[in-house]
Amino acid sequence: MADDDYILRVEDIHKTYGDSEVLKGVSFNVRKGDTIVFIGPSGTGKSTLLRCINQLTVPDKGRVYLHEEEVTNCGSRINHFRQKIGMVFQNFYLFDHLTAVKNVEIALLKVKGMSPEEAREKALFELRQVGMEEWADHYPAELSGGQAQRVSIARALAMEPDVILFDEPTSALDPELTREVLEVMKKLALEGMTMLVVTHEMGFARSVATEIIFMEGGKILEAGTPEDIIKNPGSERTKSFIGQFSGNLGD
Amino acid sequence: MDVFSIVAEWLPYLLSGVMVTIGLVAAALIIGALLGLPMALGQVYGTRPLKMVIGTYVWFFRGLPVLLLLFLFYFTIFPFLNLDVPEFFVGATVLGLRGAAYQSQIFRGAIQSISEGQMTAARSLGMSRLTAIRSVIIPQAVRVALPGWSNEYPNILTDSAICYAIGVAELMTRTSQIVAQTYITMPIYLACALVFILLNYAGMRVIYHLEKRVAIPGFSGNTSSGVL
Repeated sequence: MADDDYILRVEDIHKTYGDSEVLKGVSFNVRKGDTIVFIGPSGTGKSTLLRCINQLTVPDKGRVYLHEEEVTNCGSRINHFRQKIGMVFQNFYLFDHLTAVKNVEIALLKVKGMSPEEAREKALFELRQVGMEEWADHYPAELSGGQAQRVSIARALAMEPDVILFDEPTSALDPELTREVLEVMKKLALEGMTMLVVTHEMGFARSVATEIIFMEGGKILEAGTPEDIIKNPGSERTKSFIGQFSGNLGD
Repeated sequence: MDVFSIVAEWLPYLLSGVMVTIGLVAAALIIGALLGLPMALGQVYGTRPLKMVIGTYVWFFRGLPVLLLLFLFYFTIFPFLNLDVPEFFVGATVLGLRGAAYQSQIFRGAIQSISEGQMTAARSLGMSRLTAIRSVIIPQAVRVALPGWSNEYPNILTDSAICYAIGVAELMTRTSQIVAQTYITMPIYLACALVFILLNYAGMRVIYHLEKRVAIPGFSGNTSSGVL
């Protein structure tokens, strides 16, 4: 397959914090419409890897390309690339001083330079996509965790990104709220959104992922389809990690 | 003539000092905020040399007695700069510059209290650092700062009386003039005290309403009942 089929290429990412090498050379490629789910024990660099893709964390070594344009070492062009690479955080990080709809609007106004009417219309459209239109005028503190996370997904969607990074989007949520967020994410995946998801939700990984990447110790240990990774893991380590989730693999 | 009619006779003169005092306080608060907020941003986001310059400024203006600052500016700095300005202007400048030092630290604390995630989220959407500071950090920090900032009003109001020392015709100066003219002390000082207390009360009400107006559900500042 030719390189230009990939919309995102990640090459040999290394990152060290002090004495600990968090990422020891991670590479993978993403096709349009892929949902790649990263699994693996905590502290293996999955979140750092996502942050290296949009340069919220600057990798020590390695390159990231979006549509064959280099995202790493691009200076202030990074603000252009970040519009194309959305991100959803574990703790939502909604802007606390803005209502739900204004959270979605603000980057449209300040980054994309839309008119207030255009931005409002777009924001309400995206809130509708995640089932939050009725809550448009509520402040983050008035929303449940699941609602807040759906607003933050709408905020990312509004920029019309080529790919969205989900950094443990449901780890701060109870099972019920987790479900409502995962449903939104599943819908996005089915609609063809390209997504990279760090999660411990194996049910989601199994039913939605086009590829599962198992990481440990700052490296990719194994990658493949959900079928491969969950049903027939190649390594003992993957097997034992997956095994811990048995009984939690349903949809 | 009895004491009350004398006090009543001089009251208009005393009260015409109210506008001067309010003018001093308003000018000082505005100068303080206009300088204090950028200084706070400089201290949090600036380069090392900038941080040092601001740190030195704060250290200087907080480290000297306000009366000394006033004399320093009135008798040396303004004359040295060949600026012949009204006493009111000198008083407002000194109170304002000193206020900026205090206000910068109020705003700095507020900016630093805003969680890292707010900046992270803003940057992840493609905002430049400057846009993020302007659209996300400052609107939140100013709200967080308000309760602490509200201290500045009574501080500056009471400090403004020091302008008596350079003859600005504010409340304290006029009070002393009336005392010197009438040899009546306690009733005049009490009248002056009453005016200060009322000014204080009125100002705190204004700030309280401001706090309520800009309050955001679940965001710090909205549960404030103030000192009233």
